[in-house]
Amino acid sequence: MFYQESGQFSTRYRQDGRALRLWQQRAALWALLLLAFGLLPFIGNDYWFSAILIPFLVLSLAGLGLNLLTGYAGQLSLGSAAFMAVGAFASYKLQFLLPGLPLLLSFVAGGVVAAAVGVVFGLPSLRIKGFYLLVSTLAAQFFVEWLLTKFAWFSNGNESGVITAPPLLVAGHDFGSPAGRYLLTLSVVLPLFVLAANLVRSSLGRNWMAVRDMDTAAAVIGIPILRTKLLAFAISSFILGVAGSLWAFTYLGTVEPHGFDLSRSFQVLFIIILGGMGSILGNFLGAAFIVLLPIVLSILSGTLLSGVLPAGQLENLQKIIFGVLIILFLIKEPDGLARLWQGWRARARLWPLRF
Amino acid sequence: MSETVAPLLSLSHISLSFKGVKAVTDIGFDVAEGEICALIGPNGAGKSSLLNVINGVYQPQQGEIRFAGRARRAMQPHEAAVAGIARTFQNIALFKGMSVLDNILTGRNLASRSSWLEQAFRVGRAVADEEAQRAVAEEVIAFLRLQAWRHTPVGQLPYGLQKRVELGRALAARPRLLLLDEPMAGMNREEKREMSQFIREVNQVFGTTIVLIEHDIGVVMELSDHVVVLDYGRKIGDGEPEAVRALPEVIAAYLGQQRH
Ligand SMILES: Nc1ncnc2c1ncn2[C@@H]1O[C@H](COP(=O)(O)OP(=O)(O)OP(=O)(O)O)[C@@H](O)[C@H]1O
Ligand SMILES: [Mg+2]
Repeated sequence: MFYQESGQFSTRYRQDGRALRLWQQRAALWALLLLAFGLLPFIGNDYWFSAILIPFLVLSLAGLGLNLLTGYAGQLSLGSAAFMAVGAFASYKLQFLLPGLPLLLSFVAGGVVAAAVGVVFGLPSLRIKGFYLLVSTLAAQFFVEWLLTKFAWFSNGNESGVITAPPLLVAGHDFGSPAGRYLLTLSVVLPLFVLAANLVRSSLGRNWMAVRDMDTAAAVIGIPILRTKLLAFAISSFILGVAGSLWAFTYLGTVEPHGFDLSRSFQVLFIIILGGMGSILGNFLGAAFIVLLPIVLSILSGTLLSGVLPAGQLENLQKIIFGVLIILFLIKEPDGLARLWQGWRARARLWPLRF
Repeated sequence: MSETVAPLLSLSHISLSFKGVKAVTDIGFDVAEGEICALIGPNGAGKSSLLNVINGVYQPQQGEIRFAGRARRAMQPHEAAVAGIARTFQNIALFKGMSVLDNILTGRNLASRSSWLEQAFRVGRAVADEEAQRAVAEEVIAFLRLQAWRHTPVGQLPYGLQKRVELGRALAARPRLLLLDEPMAGMNREEKREMSQFIREVNQVFGTTIVLIEHDIGVVMELSDHVVVLDYGRKIGDGEPEAVRALPEVIAAYLGQQRH
């Protein structure tokens, strides 16, 4: 095993409560950070940044947003893309209406608007649960899409509804290059992950899980159910809103409602199902899976089946394989990739003993 | 206890029915501060319903609940928790996906003073707050001897231990009144002995007033200062354990139950 954890006992509660309890875990994290900030920007190529790393980061963040709501607070939602769209359009509109508004601030403001919309659509959660809540978030999805396409004001009168995102200037630096967009995305995504990881291990996070696991018992111990649920909707939608801004500004380079349709909501849902409900790390794993699998499949099928099948068929075949893999995976490991990872670690710890 | 001290909890004329089915009919009794009061009676007598009325899970159609000097038509669960009432459930109501420690920490949620923003940024009151809640939770864990399972998800624990964790979650709130719905149901003799011990210690060491529901008459006689007997939603006995046991109605109700 490449690391050992013997002899590392927590002597203080604060240490025991850390997200990463072992020094090996923390060292691995620092190494990853060094890689992500110090090395990748210099060795990566444009394809890596634009087609893999940026969507991976943004989708991880979107997964995080939904995971707080669904995985931690137990409120089902199919409206993720709607809240992403609200974030993206709000950031764009604010940039337009308030020239000179710093870019990062407009991302935050977009998140705040998305949070407000999230709270409105979260209100029914006091009365309805499970499947019915899912339907009401679906209403959010269709309503927001309709609103943004119907009223030209949102896209500044653009006929197509597609608008080009403004230049990515932060403190006078242009982050418009692929490496720059990657760095900008990373610098927004990581702090939000840190805040979320703090939150789920604090009082609010425990209240979320309590409401998720048994809401009568939660009410009896004094947890304010409505407030707790609405905070979940607000914080989740804030994060989704920021993810939406990033999707439009740093990934697509355009702001358009159709990038945030129902299939995007499903994609985010798949990320947390695959990665693991109620797991922070799982969002990265799920997003990596979603982003990489089609690429791997297309490379594989391209080398193995090129010439055998026409291109259109190839694409369909990829979708089928993708679907089958997801189903197989859900049967084999319903708790997601994060659980699989824990299992590997537990086994590696005992290696070479079998039990 | 002097006669002039007002009871901590006082129920009067409580009636509760579900769609016409009467669960509790015109019940009233007092619970003095610091006592252990046992609610007994055959299955379906209305014991759990009455407990649910006390902490607001059910709202009675009639009656009044007076707790710590304040009279109410009905309780609300949140209000009851704030007033210092904690409880356990007949069917364990733990948070299955969370660890033993986290379950017990949820019992401290009302004591938490930091805002969620402070918690997200780990600044301000959040850090000290978290440590203070953790210290109380650790006291509870040590008291109930749960150290070995601190980080175990409660869903993986055997039944007897889950009951203990649920008691721990209630104790973490440092309640004034503790309601226990069949805390020893389904336990073996050793586990029952341990649980009785914990209940007695909670009562003696922390001075917590306890209302508990229990079917095992031996345990009831040994543990309680005061017994209230229900049958078909009505009160048929109320007083000291020995006196209540001798009442003809109580004997009849219990013999009646044993026949089927
Ligand atoms: N939520 C409910 N809805 C409908 N009827 C209920 C409900 N809760 C309790 N009852 C009914 O009220 C009556 C009293 O039930 P309760 O659970 O209070 O009895 P109990 O004394 O706790 O019995 P046990 O010893 O079996 O736990 C029963 O007839 C029961 O069917
Ligand atoms: Mg009962």
